[in-house]
Amino acid sequence: MQGYEEPCGLGEGVLESLLPCRKRGRVREHRGVSATVSPLEQLSEALRTELGAHAVTELARLSGGASRETWSFRADDRPLILQRQRKGDIRDMSVEARVVQAAFNAGVPVPELIANGSGDIGLAFMILSHVEGETIARKILRDEQFAGARSGLVAQSAHALAALHSIDATTITGLPSIDQVQQYRETLDNLNVALGQAHPTFELAFRWLERNRPTSTRTALVHGDFRLGNLMVGPDGLRAVLDWELAHIGDPIEDLGWLCVRAWRFGATQPVAGLGDYDTLIAEYEKASGLKVDREVVRWWEVLGTLKWGIMCMIQTSSHVLGMSRSHELAAIGRRVCENEYDLFLALDGKW
Amino acid sequence: MAMPHDVPTAAQLIESVREWLEKDVLTSTTGRVQFHSRVAINVLAMVERELAMGGQQALDHAARLAILGMKDDAELATAIRNGDLDDRFQEVVDLVRASVLDKLAVANPSYALPTSND
Repeated sequence: MQGYEEPCGLGEGVLESLLPCRKRGRVREHRGVSATVSPLEQLSEALRTELGAHAVTELARLSGGASRETWSFRADDRPLILQRQRKGDIRDMSVEARVVQAAFNAGVPVPELIANGSGDIGLAFMILSHVEGETIARKILRDEQFAGARSGLVAQSAHALAALHSIDATTITGLPSIDQVQQYRETLDNLNVALGQAHPTFELAFRWLERNRPTSTRTALVHGDFRLGNLMVGPDGLRAVLDWELAHIGDPIEDLGWLCVRAWRFGATQPVAGLGDYDTLIAEYEKASGLKVDREVVRWWEVLGTLKWGIMCMIQTSSHVLGMSRSHELAAIGRRVCENEYDLFLALDGKW
Repeated sequence: MAMPHDVPTAAQLIESVREWLEKDVLTSTTGRVQFHSRVAINVLAMVERELAMGGQQALDHAARLAILGMKDDAELATAIRNGDLDDRFQEVVDLVRASVLDKLAVANPSYALPTSND
C-alpha cells in the first residue's frame, strides 16, 4: 500500500502550511479553481500595494487547508511566495514570521522574509522569497538528479539544526512552550473516548517515556517538524528549511529524534530521514554545535515522535469516523496505525 | 454460526468489487480518481484478509489477554497506564507486539517483512 504515502507530497509544491497530521490524506485543492476571479484580483491588488510593485502576475494557489493557504506569484518578475492565515487557525503566523527572520539572521538556510503583517492580504500573512527546488521526499530519496545532494543532506541538516538551536529563543515573543508528553496524552485520551477504543501499544509507549524521561539540560528554539517534506532540496543539497509553524521552545534534541522517526524514512532503510546513519547526524551536530549529544535522549525523542505520528494518524481517521470529512482514504489511515505501532516496538527495542 | 445467506459469501462479494476496480476503474481513470481507486482496492483487500483471518486472530488475541489476566484491550491499557504491569513490562511488550503483527497481517502484510531486522 505504498500508494498511501503519496498524498504527503504529491504535487504539493512549496511551503506547505498545514500541520503534519493533516498532510497524510488531506483533500488537495486544484490550482486556480479555489478562488473566483474577483477575490483573486483583490488579492493581487493587495499584494501589489503591500510590495509597492508595478505589477503582480502569475498568482496561483499552491496548497491550503481551512485555515492556511500558500500562493505563488511574481511581483515585477520577482518570484515570491505568500502564506496567509484565515480565521480559525489556532497558531499566530506573526510568530512564525519572527522565527523565520531570526533563523535567517542566524545563518539557517531559509527563504527571505520580504514582508509580513495583517490586513487586506489575510488575517496574518508572510511574503517570502521563492526558493527553487524539490520538497517531495520520495523524489529526493530516489531521483538520480538528487544523488549528489543525498550524500551531504544529513550533515547539512545537522548544521542547520545546530544553527537554529543556537538562536536565543527568548528574543522571539509568542513562542509556545508545551510539555509534549502531556499534550499527546490528553489528545489520545480524547480520541479513545471519541472512537471508543483503547490502545495498549500507545500506553506502553507512554509508560516507557514516563519511566525513561531524560533530564532536559537545554532549552532552545525547536523547529518542530524538521524532516524531508519540509526541506527544500536542490541537486546541490539543502537550500531552505521550510514550515516553521510548529516552532516552539523545548529540548533541541526533539528535532534530531523527529528526523529519525521511521515514517520520515519514506520506505528507505537509513535511519536518519532515509538518508544516513545516526553516527553522521550526531557527529556533525556535535561538531557544529560544540555540544555533546546523548544517544539515549535522541532515542527517547524518536519514541515520542513515533508515538506522536501514530496519534496524528488517529486524528485523521477520526475526522472520517466522526463525520467531519467522509473519505475512504481517511478511513483506511485508521488501519495503518498498526504500522506505527510496529515502528514503536522497533524503537523501544533500540533497533534504531 | 449458521447464516441464512446464499452464495456468494461476503468475501466473494467484496472480491468481485475489488476485481472490477482493478480491471475497469483503475485502467480508465487518471490522477486523483485513479489514486482513490487504488486506495479502494487496498481497503477491500484488507477486508478480505480480515474475513479470512479474523476468526483465528480473535481467539489468539483473547488467549494473549488471558495470559495477562485481562478481559479486553481497555482493561489492559488501564493496567499498563497505572503501572500495574511494570514488573512484567517485557512480557507485555511481546504479547502486545504479537497482536500488532496480526493487525499488520490484515492491514498491510508487506510492511513488517522487508526491514524487520533493521
